[in-house]
Amino acid sequence: MATSHQASGIEAGRLSASEIADNFGDLHPQYEAHEAAVAADRCYFCYDAPCMTACPTSIDIPQFIREIQAGHPESAAKTILEQNILGGMCARVCPTETLCEEACVREAAEGKPVEIGRLQRYATDTLMEKGVHPFGRAEATGKKVAIVGAGPAGLSAAHRLAMLGHDVVVYDAKSKAGGLNEFGIAAYKSTNDFAAKEVDWLLQIGGITMEYGKKLGAELSLDALKADYDAVFLSIGLAGVNALRADGEDKDGVRDAVDFIAELRQADDLTNLAVGRNVVVIGGGMTAVDAAVQSKLLGSENVTIAYRRGRDAMGASRFEQDLAATKGVKLMFNVQPVAIHGNGACAEIELEYTRSEGGTLTGTGETVRIAADQVYKAIGQTLEGQPGALALEGRKIKVDENGRTSVEGVWAGGDCASGGEDLTVTAVAEGRDAAMDIHASLMG
Amino acid sequence: MADLTADFLGIKSPNPFWLASAPPTDKEYNVRRAFEAGWGGVVWKTLGSEGPPVVNVNGPRYGAIWGADRRLLGLNNIELITDRPLEVNLEEITRVKKDYPDRAIIVSIMVPCEEQAWKDILPRVEATGADGIELNFGCPHGMAERGMGSAVGQVPEYIQMVTEWCKKYYSKPVIVKLTPNITDIRHPARAAKAGGADAVSLINTINSIVSVDLDAMAPEPTIGDKGTHGGYCGPAVKPIALNMVAEIARCPQTHGLPISAIGGVTTWRDAAEFMTMGAGNVQVCTAAMTYGFNVVKEMISGLNQWMDDKGYKTLDDFVGKAVPNVTDWQYLNLNYVAKAKISQDDCIKCGRCFAACEDTSHQAIAMSEDRVFTVKDDECVACNLCVNVCPVEGCITMEQVPAGQIDERTGKVVSDEYANWTTHPNNPSATAAE
Ligand SMILES: Cc1cc2nc3c(=O)[nH]c(=O)nc-3n(C[C@H](O)[C@H](O)[C@H](O)COP(=O)(O)OP(=O)(O)OC[C@H]3O[C@@H](n4cnc5c(N)ncnc54)[C@H](O)[C@@H]3O)c2cc1C
Ligand SMILES: Cc1cc2nc3c(=O)[nH]c(=O)nc-3n(C[C@H](O)[C@H](O)[C@H](O)COP(=O)(O)O)c2cc1C
Ligand code: SF4
Ligand code: SF4
Ligand code: SF4
Repeated sequence: MATSHQASGIEAGRLSASEIADNFGDLHPQYEAHEAAVAADRCYFCYDAPCMTACPTSIDIPQFIREIQAGHPESAAKTILEQNILGGMCARVCPTETLCEEACVREAAEGKPVEIGRLQRYATDTLMEKGVHPFGRAEATGKKVAIVGAGPAGLSAAHRLAMLGHDVVVYDAKSKAGGLNEFGIAAYKSTNDFAAKEVDWLLQIGGITMEYGKKLGAELSLDALKADYDAVFLSIGLAGVNALRADGEDKDGVRDAVDFIAELRQADDLTNLAVGRNVVVIGGGMTAVDAAVQSKLLGSENVTIAYRRGRDAMGASRFEQDLAATKGVKLMFNVQPVAIHGNGACAEIELEYTRSEGGTLTGTGETVRIAADQVYKAIGQTLEGQPGALALEGRKIKVDENGRTSVEGVWAGGDCASGGEDLTVTAVAEGRDAAMDIHASLMG
Repeated sequence: MADLTADFLGIKSPNPFWLASAPPTDKEYNVRRAFEAGWGGVVWKTLGSEGPPVVNVNGPRYGAIWGADRRLLGLNNIELITDRPLEVNLEEITRVKKDYPDRAIIVSIMVPCEEQAWKDILPRVEATGADGIELNFGCPHGMAERGMGSAVGQVPEYIQMVTEWCKKYYSKPVIVKLTPNITDIRHPARAAKAGGADAVSLINTINSIVSVDLDAMAPEPTIGDKGTHGGYCGPAVKPIALNMVAEIARCPQTHGLPISAIGGVTTWRDAAEFMTMGAGNVQVCTAAMTYGFNVVKEMISGLNQWMDDKGYKTLDDFVGKAVPNVTDWQYLNLNYVAKAKISQDDCIKCGRCFAACEDTSHQAIAMSEDRVFTVKDDECVACNLCVNVCPVEGCITMEQVPAGQIDERTGKVVSDEYANWTTHPNNPSATAAE
């Protein structure tokens, strides 16, 4: 018997298996061939296309769309993948509304951009479903490169280096590759185990050895890597999570949103995942939205995102905010947590209203209490486990425009490195560009 | 409400929209339904001689080209004339005409180029009570191989000869349907007139191979492993038809010869354009074959709306009105100067005008760092390419440079005098007026 929607506390099975399956279906379903042709025909083939400039990996968008229009999505895929080897995942997870599609001239003209993301997915899916890997390796250079962190930045660098003829070993602390593609991205953006399939497909290039369960700072040290390899690329993401600094943070039911999402992403059967009747998510970014929406999709009755600033300051795009709202998530702005109440387990959260004056946020003193069986912390991830020898910039590893760190022979990219937004596509771009610079410096 | 009644060669119809001789008019069942939908008239599918009818292929007879979302732009066919017995068609025509006296029924005919063949069939057609006949000198495939259709239409002497026979053995109007598969449409039109034709209709289909099956390595439509050229029609052929109609309308020898225009008519607007170019009515085939008989309803309402908007009370108020403005290139005013102008409010910054002008025209559009596109008046030759490629209608306009102002490209003052090539100093055979 399924647990009722209204069952109090934290319970599994609030929804039936079929409701769960519906809820976690593809956010933007794949195009049929005809739909793709019609969508592609909307592209004007702009000169010096603004969409392309807006893409962090600079995919030649008008070119690939034209290839779809002319009936050869396979070469469209190649155009995409040459610039962005994780073009399949990016097609699913990029906030296109703030990237390419925001820049599309048809967005300016009529508020309806060319659906670049879905077209990109159509092309890459077509190629990958055929099992084709369109790239080969250059003649072996005899050089060895170590990569730490098998997320998008590390995978992108690994593929590019392998393609250029280097031998690559990728280390990751976890037992699976993919980084947040595998453990973080919302389930309805990457269905059917796509992240793992994409990694398998990427590795078809050859020359890449995966080493799991190897953590920098434990099994691995930067000095040893530097000694054993010709170059080192660090792409360890942001493994830490910011603390709330509210009373009662240690109560049962208070948890990091990324842990909840990772558990969700790895669950074999979502009906077994226990969620609270009342859920409050603290934060304003993509992680907050994903934790809230997925709680709702798992059957939580009341889900609230509590964000300390106003809507415009929110890290999540308007599209993401609207997605949350349409799924029934309540968005509260200008509130910050002051205490979590409950006898051992959390039952309520106390929020204080805030006001922003000249950029600084102050509490107004007025508070409100709302029921919360679960409180998810989604107030940002932090760098953790980076080698002490590396200079930092802000709270990230300092790199130049080629991804070089302060230590000779060590490059870094992705979320752990300075510069760029924390997005999958940015990580891919940084991994690729660092690989090109590593190549230049090894061969130069 | 405008009056859409058409009087073509004394044949009345409630509107100028006739179905062309083709599958839509191949049998009583179709024609009755067409009349119920509102068509003003039909040209019955072409009849052949008495005896065993022609046979059609038993595989695909159509091919097409499409725009986005599979909008059909051009249709190609390898169908022959009616493959039903002559008697059956004649009986049906008789019945339908009796039931729809207010609609036009024209009988299309194609029989061998021998006087006896025409002498045999014409009295039988006359007996149906139909309003007139149309001589199919146009079919470019199949029938042409047997010395009929466009094989006749390509030889002006034959056109004249057959037309004369028809005038001799048939008392009602004779319309000669022309093939576009010739180099100068005026020659067959003159021949038809010389033979006594009451009108010409045009165009029939254009010889074409619509596509090649790259796996079978054969033209499409493919019958087994072979294909053949067919006849092309639909929206894609309208510009060709429009020019041919205009050529006949403005040729001094054929000016005034009634024209029934055919070729790509899809909406009211196409019809209006053909009629301003001198056609008394229009015939439609592909639009009906693509969307069904109901397309005529939009043609009727659209023409009505436009006539009301413009204050035209009857068709005669606008038929032929554009003909005087069709001229030869040599008479175009070379002192008319225009410049392209981009409306920055409407521009969506796609850069297509820039790519077109920069790569293929006159390098007359500037693109700034922040994607502002402007026309360089000192380079623009007013070719109109940017207007044609701009995705935003009305965003780029052609603005006339008024007389007295300087054309920045030539540095000369724009003159208000008319001057054409015939008097231009660069023309070796100029008849200068000095
Ligand atoms: C919940 C959530 C949702 C998101 N949704 C989106 C989205 O929809 N669209 C989008 O574009 N971006 C999204 N992002 C951001 C995006 O996932 C990241 O920007 C991107 O994954 C960064 O890639 P990366 O390779 O730098 O790091 P990660 O993907 O974090 O990969 C880092 C890898 O390094 C490994 N690692 C960490 N420390 C060590 C160590 N010490 N030793 C060895 N290995 C280590 C980790 O196990 C991991 O495999 C989301 C992020 C989160 C948290
Ligand atoms: C399938 C098909 C069969 C046709 N058969 C005839 C015919 O028997 N006699 C004839 O005069 N024209 C025939 N035509 C030509 C049409 O009457 C018409 O001239 C031509 O299609 C151009 O008009 P449209 O663009 O409106 O189709 C045929 C056209 C098609 C598509
Ligand atoms: S901006 Fe839009 S229309 Fe222009 S090339 Fe890019 S996708 Fe196509
Ligand atoms: S009219 Fe021709 S020459 Fe002038 S700007 Fe446009 S494309 Fe260039
Ligand atoms: S083609 Fe039209 S919309 Fe595009 S940049 Fe030029 S003027 Fe602007």
